[in-house]
Amino acid sequence: MELPFFYLFSVGIIGASILMVTRANVIHAALLLVLTFFFLSGVYVLAGAEFLAVVQILLYAGGIMVLYLFSIMLMSVDVAVRLRQFHRQTIFAMATAVLLALEIWMVLSRGTSYPAFKSFGWGIGATPGNVEALGSVLYTQFLFPFEVASVLLLAAMIGAIVLAKRTIDR
Amino acid sequence: MLDVESSQRVERGPSTVPGTEDLVINMGPQHPSTHGVLRVILKMDGETVTDVDCDIGYLHRGTEKIGENITYTMFIPYTDRLDYIAAPSSNLAWVQTVESLFDWEIPPRALFIRSMVAELSRIASHLLWLATHALDIGAMTVFLWCFREREMVLDLFERAFGARLTVNAFRLGGLFQDVPQEFLDDTRAFIEIFPSRIDDYETLLTENRIWLQRTQGVGVISAEDAMDLALTGPILRSTGVQWDLRRAKPYAAYPFLDFVVPVGENGDVYDRYLVRVEEMRQSTRIIEQCLDMLPDGPVSCKTPRTIKPPAGEVYHSIENPKGEFGFYLVSDGTETPYRVRIRPPSFINLAGLKKLSVGGLLADVIAIIGSIDIVLGECDR
Amino acid sequence: MIAEIIAATLKIVLVLGVVSLVVAYLTYLERKIIGHIQMRLGPMRVGWHGLLQPIADGLKLFLKEDIIPSRADKIVFVIAPIMVLVPAFVVYSVLPFGPNFYITQVNVGLFLVLAVSSLGVFGIVMAGWASNSKYSLLGALRGAAQMLSYEIFLGFALIGPLMLAGSLNLQNIVQAQSDVWFVFYQPLAFIVFFIAALAETNRVPFDLPEAETELVAGFHTEYSGMKFAFFFLAEYANIMAVSTVGIAVFFGGWKGIPGIPLPGLVWYLLKLGAIIFVFIWIRATLPRYRYDQLMRIGWKFMFPLVIANIFLTGLVKLLFL
Repeated sequence: MELPFFYLFSVGIIGASILMVTRANVIHAALLLVLTFFFLSGVYVLAGAEFLAVVQILLYAGGIMVLYLFSIMLMSVDVAVRLRQFHRQTIFAMATAVLLALEIWMVLSRGTSYPAFKSFGWGIGATPGNVEALGSVLYTQFLFPFEVASVLLLAAMIGAIVLAKRTIDR
Repeated sequence: MLDVESSQRVERGPSTVPGTEDLVINMGPQHPSTHGVLRVILKMDGETVTDVDCDIGYLHRGTEKIGENITYTMFIPYTDRLDYIAAPSSNLAWVQTVESLFDWEIPPRALFIRSMVAELSRIASHLLWLATHALDIGAMTVFLWCFREREMVLDLFERAFGARLTVNAFRLGGLFQDVPQEFLDDTRAFIEIFPSRIDDYETLLTENRIWLQRTQGVGVISAEDAMDLALTGPILRSTGVQWDLRRAKPYAAYPFLDFVVPVGENGDVYDRYLVRVEEMRQSTRIIEQCLDMLPDGPVSCKTPRTIKPPAGEVYHSIENPKGEFGFYLVSDGTETPYRVRIRPPSFINLAGLKKLSVGGLLADVIAIIGSIDIVLGECDR
Repeated sequence: MIAEIIAATLKIVLVLGVVSLVVAYLTYLERKIIGHIQMRLGPMRVGWHGLLQPIADGLKLFLKEDIIPSRADKIVFVIAPIMVLVPAFVVYSVLPFGPNFYITQVNVGLFLVLAVSSLGVFGIVMAGWASNSKYSLLGALRGAAQMLSYEIFLGFALIGPLMLAGSLNLQNIVQAQSDVWFVFYQPLAFIVFFIAALAETNRVPFDLPEAETELVAGFHTEYSGMKFAFFFLAEYANIMAVSTVGIAVFFGGWKGIPGIPLPGLVWYLLKLGAIIFVFIWIRATLPRYRYDQLMRIGWKFMFPLVIANIFLTGLVKLLFL
């Protein structure tokens, strides 16, 4: 039952991503990215990570991408379409792609036996109804990284306000 | 900013220079809250208005020129079509202007009926203003409540003059015929219930926090600026200037009537609202006094069969619901006027729109247009 | 397996059908109630007391010419109304209507409702942008900013009751209110929730994205026919969904007052009717806020309020429970 859905979502992710990077119209690209997020959260659901799936939709699709669209909408899309689409960064992009491929290969070949995963409590998301488990792990074992991340976000937020305010005042 | 006008699209060409453009919004001529065929061109920085330009003339019918080609009596129905929200007021301005070229003695009964009908038209006009102004700000129940009472006023007009909107109420020298007794009875019934209806509107608006936030401190103008721009009517009185032609240059039966000229303090949209609501109450008082004091007798003086005023010129104006409504008339002694010039309050008050709205938000412009209370019929003539 | 799928499909079809019909009749209810508040009768012509009016309206909208502006982005323009309607209906998949009457239960239920309903804003943004009209664009900008902000207050207002219930599953939340409805424990949270719900569904006094006197019709200015009907349906479906969430979280869902034996579904419908009446009542009474005022109320007034509420709830729970 799950396998056809998995293939459906996977094809969706790959198809939407390819369409996304080839669109000249930024709005279309952004909307396709949202579609990618949808399929991705579908995969999360199949993997039993309901919470992650919902967060994916709520934060990325419902929050961040709307803000993206918001700012893209205010630009003149016609001008952007006529801009050069390639920026002679082929070599740099290739190098990044190779590095990424290596990383994925390493993870896949060693699987969950890799010691780092073990210490990170890998597998708590495997049982359905993982919200409580996730919450308790997040606020006990990973409290420090969690708080560090929130402080980082707060700093970024303040920074953004300061930058924007300076422009408005000027 | 996004630019929808195709011509500019081509001119600009591909450019990588970052920068922003102002958004130009064409409000009207077909827009729900420009109160007719007014076109307002707004330049906006985000939601803040940086420039306002009015484009008028969509309802221009050449009324002034028509006036030069027809007789003085024939022009009365044309004045109905100027401020069609309060047609009797326009009629009154015209007949008084022509009468001032003669030395006729208008019978007192006619004068009192004229004042009474003019005040009814003020109520009708202010009701339409309140209805649409509240609707512009989103209060839609007030809209329908106001129309319920405006309907009653229009019924009164129908009873007295046979028409509801373009009433052609007055004639040179008085009235066409005496008003029926039922009109007087119904008017009395109307003014008995009307104050409680005003209370109803005020319940919904006057102390409503949202209404206060939307209107207080919005579209503020000082008394000096208002006078420099020649603004008249409630918009001038809201700044604290007690200028009402019914008091300053009394006409019809107003010298005998007791009423208060309400003034505001801050000159904002809220004060204009308060001034107009209070004017409705005062109008009710005036109508009541007219009914009590209404003398018997003829309703028209003896007038010649063909109206040929002596050669000369005259400017006469009255306090229309919207402001000073006047006619400048040049007579060459023939049956038709040599020149008719209309001083429409809407046209001149509308000139203050830019002063009132720049620096505000888009939603404020809507509230301000509503608070100026324009009618395009007289604005475009 | 097959039986399960058939049962699930039947349930989905049933709920979708009922919801669509109820949503259509919400428009009738709204017109009737507002009509009577405004001293008029509302629809009277189609059927007895205008009861068939929603069906006539639906037929009319089906038969209307479907206009796509020539300079619009056609694909996005067509997808936008669907993007508004689909999340509005998907939300119903986890809402509890009765003790045994729901489509499914998931552990992240409430969270899923928030996530899916937040997607509606995409439709608005897409519609506003694709129409290639300034009124639509301004409406979409307002809509996006408003819904993003108020979603935060909506979600934060729900955290208080969630802490009391200790679950995100909507059925469990309802069960947790067997003794006392959470509205008595969390009045502040409910007030914030209700205001945010008004803003989230673009209702008066927060109907800025479609403020007809300023922006003609806001983001759906250029839409006509069935596409327009989709926006309309979605608005009412959202009202019903958000009311259902409110009932489930604050008013004990399908649980009734003890001593009055009525089925759970009836209790739910009674509460739904009461809340929707308040929605309509407010629409008939209040004027509209201005855009900057809306944002100020949200961020400077409601946001500190919900944070304080969460803090207090946590404190009380830590000390006394």
